[in-house]
Amino acid sequence: MRRYSRGEQHRVEVVLDGRSREGRCESRMLLSDFLRHVLGATGVHVGCEHGVCGACTVIVDGVAQRSCLALAVAADGRDVRTVHGLARDDVLSDLQQAFRRHHALQCGFCTPGILMSATDFLARNPAPTEQAVREMLSGHLCRCTGYTGIVAAILDVAALRRERGGTQAA
Amino acid sequence: MKPAAVDYVRADSVAEVTAILAECGDDARVLAGGQSLMPMLNMRLAAPRVLVDISRVAELARIRSGVADHASDGGRAAASGAVAVGAAVTQARLEARPTLAREVPMVALALPYIGHFQTRNRGTIGGSIAHADPSAELPLVLAALGGEVALRSQRGTRRVAARSFFAGMLTTDCRPDELVEEVLFPLAGEGARYGFREVALRHGDFALAAVAATVTRDAIRIAVGGVADRPQVETWPRLAGSALDDALDALARRLDARDDAHASASYRRHLVRTLGRSLVEELA
Ligand code: FES
Ligand code: FES
Repeated sequence: MRRYSRGEQHRVEVVLDGRSREGRCESRMLLSDFLRHVLGATGVHVGCEHGVCGACTVIVDGVAQRSCLALAVAADGRDVRTVHGLARDDVLSDLQQAFRRHHALQCGFCTPGILMSATDFLARNPAPTEQAVREMLSGHLCRCTGYTGIVAAILDVAALRRERGGTQAA
Repeated sequence: MKPAAVDYVRADSVAEVTAILAECGDDARVLAGGQSLMPMLNMRLAAPRVLVDISRVAELARIRSGVADHASDGGRAAASGAVAVGAAVTQARLEARPTLAREVPMVALALPYIGHFQTRNRGTIGGSIAHADPSAELPLVLAALGGEVALRSQRGTRRVAARSFFAGMLTTDCRPDELVEEVLFPLAGEGARYGFREVALRHGDFALAAVAATVTRDAIRIAVGGVADRPQVETWPRLAGSALDDALDALARRLDARDDAHASASYRRHLVRTLGRSLVEELA
């Protein structure tokens, strides 16, 4: 059992996009705020802060989830992946490139969350139907694109990965 | 939209959880996946003094099949044993269980309707049952199947049938010192057919109305969610045609539907009639 008392600063350690990081926060701090304000991962966007918009989605221990619905102290010791970890050596991931090709973003506010959801989704569903992609996207709000480009980008990258015969992780 | 100051405790065992609940009672809330509780904390609709995180309690992360249940609910389809789902098991994990559609087909049918891919990844079965939202799918399915909830406290363990567990809007029979330890879904009965259908404004939103049905050789068991303050279950003989329509209409009227921002009472009654009709016909 581990107790984190209110009003005190507690040390939280995570592996953030492949690097060990630590920071201090109160027990009540949301994981989204911890990632943004304590660790500087401002690519984690915050829209609604009650689990509706999906902008804050990150991958924790391999699973996409809303970081505004988790406490930072609860993530202690976990592996956290954000949009900052998708590109390698300044080369966008295949999913990011597909978003660019298909005009799957305009203002980009919703994009980091959708990229993280899609990363987890495609790893578990390498050959999704359009309907399945749309259902996955129902957990995100995009106020710009109308979703058509996003759906096309995700289906395109799924097809490309199958063609290459790999399940190349983003 | 930030939680109020709170003492957070990460438990490693059920004994630790029940000890804290015994000590703090109403001042403590159990945190599992947080997909219902965290929004309430963020909006300050809840501000407990202590949060007990059970998500890393290994004893609560088990799914056991063939567990003896009390068959306490006479109205349900004959079944022997249940799938017992531990309180820390996520909806996504149960959804991915390869044998689920054979064991408890209605659960397999309802899971994709719960929230979204991203929330099912964290949201738990036990959390949804304990939260008891009248529009939520899992309480409806548990009531429809005549399942049970296993509650654990320092005083012991007790099993409560779904129909007595759900006591009203966001209200259950779980006492302040008790933990929802397991949720027991009765295994599919021989020859029984199961269906689930709902209408929501958008995929993943709470249901305006949801209907779950079990059809056996001589009975129809129908359960409605999203309309009254808790799931409503009725058992009928194998009605068909206008007798079925009449029964559905009477059920819809008994539910005390209300107008709200999302739908009118009469539209909700309409949904109960049409969803019920199409589901029973599909399973007949
Ligand atoms: S900010 Fe987390 S879901 Fe909107
Ligand atoms: S690109 Fe602007 S909200 Fe999605």
